[in-house]
Amino acid sequence: MDTALLALALVPFVGALLPAAAKRLFGLAPAVAAGATAVLALGLVLWLAPAALDGGTTVHRWEWVPSLGLELALRWDGLSFLFALLITSIGTLVCVYASGYLEPHEATPRFYGLLLLFMGAMLGIVLSENLLVLVICWELTSIASFLLIGFRGHDADSRQGARLALLVTGSGGLALLAGVLLIGDAVGSYDVSAVLAAAGTLQQHPLYGWMLGLVLFGAFTKSAQFPFHFWLPHAMAAPTPVSAYLHSATMVKAGIFLLMRLYPALGGTAEWFWVVSTAGAATLLFASGVALYKHDLKGLLAYSTVSHLGLIVLLMGLGTPLSEVAAVFHLINHAVFKASLFMAAGIVDHGAGTRDMRRLSGLFRFMPYTATLALVAACAMAGVPLLNGFLSKEMFLTETLQLRELGWAGLVFPAAATLASIFTVAYSTRFVHDVFFGGPSRDLPHEPHEAARWLRFPVELLVILCLLVGLFPGATVEPILRAAAGAVLQAPLPEFTLKIWHGFNLPLAMSLLALAGGVTLYFYRRYRGGLHDYVPAWVQGKRLTEAAVAFVQDGARAFWPGFDGERLGRYLFVLVFFSLLVGLLGYAGAPLVGPRPVQPASAVDVVATVLLVLAVAATVVLHRERLAALALVGVIGLIVALAFARFSAPDLALTQILVEIVTLLLLLLALRWLPNRTPRVALRGRQARDAAIAIAAGAGCGALALAMLTRPVDTIAGYFTATAPGEGGGYNVVNVILVDFRGFDTLGEITVLGIAAIGIAALLHRLELGRPALDPLGRAWASRRNSLQFEVVARPLLPVGLLVSAYLFLRGHNAPGGGFIAGLVTGVAVFVQYLARGATWVDERLPLNYAHVMGWGLAIAVVSGLGSLAFRHPFLTSSTPTFELPLLGELKFASATFFDLGVYLAVVGTVLVILAELAGLRRQERG
Amino acid sequence: MEWLLALAIGVLVAGGVWLCLREHVFPVLLGLTLVSYAVNLFLLASGRLTLGSAPLVDVAQAEYPDPLPQALVLTAIVIGFAMTAFLVALALQVVRQEGVEHVDGAAGEQADAASPERDGADGAGR
Repeated sequence: MDTALLALALVPFVGALLPAAAKRLFGLAPAVAAGATAVLALGLVLWLAPAALDGGTTVHRWEWVPSLGLELALRWDGLSFLFALLITSIGTLVCVYASGYLEPHEATPRFYGLLLLFMGAMLGIVLSENLLVLVICWELTSIASFLLIGFRGHDADSRQGARLALLVTGSGGLALLAGVLLIGDAVGSYDVSAVLAAAGTLQQHPLYGWMLGLVLFGAFTKSAQFPFHFWLPHAMAAPTPVSAYLHSATMVKAGIFLLMRLYPALGGTAEWFWVVSTAGAATLLFASGVALYKHDLKGLLAYSTVSHLGLIVLLMGLGTPLSEVAAVFHLINHAVFKASLFMAAGIVDHGAGTRDMRRLSGLFRFMPYTATLALVAACAMAGVPLLNGFLSKEMFLTETLQLRELGWAGLVFPAAATLASIFTVAYSTRFVHDVFFGGPSRDLPHEPHEAARWLRFPVELLVILCLLVGLFPGATVEPILRAAAGAVLQAPLPEFTLKIWHGFNLPLAMSLLALAGGVTLYFYRRYRGGLHDYVPAWVQGKRLTEAAVAFVQDGARAFWPGFDGERLGRYLFVLVFFSLLVGLLGYAGAPLVGPRPVQPASAVDVVATVLLVLAVAATVVLHRERLAALALVGVIGLIVALAFARFSAPDLALTQILVEIVTLLLLLLALRWLPNRTPRVALRGRQARDAAIAIAAGAGCGALALAMLTRPVDTIAGYFTATAPGEGGGYNVVNVILVDFRGFDTLGEITVLGIAAIGIAALLHRLELGRPALDPLGRAWASRRNSLQFEVVARPLLPVGLLVSAYLFLRGHNAPGGGFIAGLVTGVAVFVQYLARGATWVDERLPLNYAHVMGWGLAIAVVSGLGSLAFRHPFLTSSTPTFELPLLGELKFASATFFDLGVYLAVVGTVLVILAELAGLRRQERG
Repeated sequence: MEWLLALAIGVLVAGGVWLCLREHVFPVLLGLTLVSYAVNLFLLASGRLTLGSAPLVDVAQAEYPDPLPQALVLTAIVIGFAMTAFLVALALQVVRQEGVEHVDGAAGEQADAASPERDGADGAGR
């Protein structure tokens, strides 16, 4: 059982990839692969049906990330079953229908893949036990709907409709997320079971209004309730199978599913009653009225869908004894007859070449079969007796009459219901009469023809269902209805019987009035009222939305230059300014100097600090003299290295000195391609402003450093110093941390190094810079070789440098040194050879591909880390075997040394790739 | 000692920010170098200051420095070098494509030149 449930949740997602694979591998039509997936899902639903039909609720959980409390939880009850049944069965029929409907070039794996993706997401909504997973699937259906509406992307209407749908339903999804977060916070769990059990907590909660409002906003946008209905008619730009599936039978019912799912937790209050029933009634009345005046078949059906969704929402809001049962019942019936009507509209479009009811007429002669099917389905929609729509509509009318305690206000609902029913009958009559009757058609694009077998089959099946449910409700739909309604109410069901004949009563009178009034209204408007000349020009939601979007975009565009203005300098200024502001706000009130005792400074410390301050000041003043500025920055770097040594960080001091050398070399090389002096930016106002913000930033950082330094710290250093020799096998704690405790970080860092080097190589590859023939003082560039002394001195530097780096590398685990430092030394030693003898000379004698060295370093680091897996230890665990070697005696060797070797090679490779690329520029210039 | 380090960090940041606001690639490179010195010192300082010691546990000491910030700063220094190198490569691309070394490219250079506040043309440079 649990496996089948998990399979049901996953099958459509896996199947979404199938159409593409099946087409490529076996040349199978995408529709077949998609249909097979849908049938499999339907089979699973039917196999699971007994567990839901007996009224039980099963929740299955699979651990996902147990340490975070995340789990995959699926819920199977009557409501899940009903929706899963609708989703999979109509999905199967739509796959069949689409195979006959789509043009060959449209029947792509992409279309069916998206259809199955939607199926999976929709199943995710109805099966999810976790509300957050529900929200994610909810958004996924919006995305699938967006992609399917825009499927004919060459058509501007499709694109606009898709965007509009995504905007409206997407913002609803965000609101729903916020609402769910509030609910989860109040309940302490996101489990549906826990939330349903916490109705008291939620309804007493001070934020109940927000929860309800946000959840309803999500539900109403998704289910196209007034005033958020306008996206649905524009979604009709999608291919008709999509309209039948997503935009009438399933996706738009997700909002109603949410209302039903959360009804026990949020429903039953006065707020719920007024908001939900008012929105439903307004939608029902408005949309059924508009539907009559739509000339496009699918437009009529779209507004009709909106109005029926309103009817169901109204029932969910009423809260009378049987209103929820009636809502579930009408939801089932609507899915059946509306899907068949959409498919019939598609057949008409296919057969006659247009969906415009002003041009269509008298098609019965050409497609009697389709006409009969559509007639039956339209009668079901209108609520004609002996069909399924009649039964649920009777229940609906009965429930609207139950609001006696509201006094006169209670009369509004039955009045609205009757009026809407009149409209419904009128537009149903129009659908049938305009298209199939009313004399021979005048201007059709081509001779109409009857539909192909596969197009008709799904419609036949659905229409037969309309009849069966209408005639034998007790035998067909009642068990499903009872199970689903029970799951909605989470309580014993009230007494009810599904009967065709309830005797002469008020609801029946309302029904008959609606039938008579609707037919009259249609024929009056048709022949007297100029129905076909009527062009609706009401306020359009689409236009308003687009205007709002344009307003926001224009506003952003007007706002933007004030912050950024496409000037990096301004951008940086704003960034620093607001960082300072936030820092100041956070700082307010706290004393600058904390309780930690200040350590005495020696005279050398003072002198070094003064030197540093002077050097920075000189750099700032002289920064336009580039060579001088560079030398000054070198001085500052050396003082920083000294500071590291003074603050008990010998590894850092070594690294800093080496990096300083390499950076200076790098900048010197870069200077060759840049002018010697920086042009003056110097707007006087700007300079003062920049100086002020720079000094403020410096003061802020200095104050922050002082405040931190004078406060006590709670550190985990003790753990590292205590365990380094034993577990890490080394005395130099910094190195042990790098290659062992935090080895994974180090692996990431050398990877970043490698990426930077490759990026630089890509940027500089074949970069040709024009350089002036003369230097800024008008002298020719020297073309002499380097001095002989330099060449002679540089040569022994390489072996010495290699020796030193081997020494630093080997002692690194126990004394200052290690892979990073040794790698930098080697890099510098090799690079000095480039400086002394030129690139050609070195490349001839050292034919190494530095990028490969870097790659090998990374590979060694990864492999040495994986080695620990072989001994069933976590990645990068080191071990310290002790070897007894003849003559040499006992040798202790940490396996982390291999990792450090990888670090060493990666650093050497990176440094040389970078420097050699800049040196390569020189080679190109010559060659 | 703490006061001196805080002063050093503050001065480095001030100088670095000012240089970055010069809007030309070379001063920006220098400025970022200064700021990264300050950041590294600040990170080290987060373990508080220990004078005249070393994180070597084979030597008996009264107080060991905090090794964790040191390990962080060590990799930060090396990655800082890679970042500077990447910026140099980017800067060379800017110079090649735009022909000027203003961080906003030719447009930024023109905007500066057009500004009425500009105090005296500078002959050197280009």
